[in-house]
Amino acid sequence: MVLDLNVSIRENKSIPVIDLEGEIDVYTYPKLSDALQYVFETYPNAKDLIVNLDRIRYIDSTGLGVIANGANQIKKINNGYINITNATPQIKKIFDVSGLISANFKIFDNEDDAVSSLSK
Amino acid sequence: MNSIKLTIPSISDYVGVARLTASGIANRMKFTHEDIEDIKIAVSEACTNSVQYAYGDSPGDIEISFNIYDDKLEIRISDSGKGFDIDAEVKTKEDDPEKIGLGLGIVFMRSLMDHVDYETSANGTVVTLVKKVSL
Repeated sequence: MVLDLNVSIRENKSIPVIDLEGEIDVYTYPKLSDALQYVFETYPNAKDLIVNLDRIRYIDSTGLGVIANGANQIKKINNGYINITNATPQIKKIFDVSGLISANFKIFDNEDDAVSSLSK
Repeated sequence: MNSIKLTIPSISDYVGVARLTASGIANRMKFTHEDIEDIKIAVSEACTNSVQYAYGDSPGDIEISFNIYDDKLEIRISDSGKGFDIDAEVKTKEDDPEKIGLGLGIVFMRSLMDHVDYETSANGTVVTLVKKVSL
């Protein structure tokens, strides 16, 4: 079980993708926050950003707070969106309970769906 | 009733330890996978509040009691910090994206557990979480 958070950044059809592995909590969330700031600085014109939760098994309010903050930022900067992919049913439930799924926040079942939708 | 006690320092590094302990106990009590995940989040949120708000710059202890009944798990998370007005904290910070976690933490505890009790004073805060075993 990974109690830490590993972060990597890549592109898929010019869309920046943040791959996350492990757990996002009060200890690890600064890594996600740093990754979001790095993407905003490296891709200043990006209207979309994918956050891939395929290998995330745990997220709590601190992680959702960082993602919501990032969604607000990309909305302000480029009228853009954060797109969540590959969330487990439990993590989708947490997003539902949070009430954070809003106009600048989208959830896709997988990355292919996200990329094909965002490339249109 | 059996009881298991855990004390962790009020620093973020150890919240995961409390979460893993909760997971192990809930698993032994044969909670469903979904219930175990709910319990992990609620315990983490209570510990996170103590880490972030109880002691300021001088960390103290967070004491966690897992009280095991036949039909429920009761978890008491307590600190001896300064305490805080939870509703006031949520209200004053709701417009600050960096602080969104606090309000959400309370929402998660109340949504995911069967009962949540919150006692706070100048001498500390005690959060009691209860999850019933599904029959």
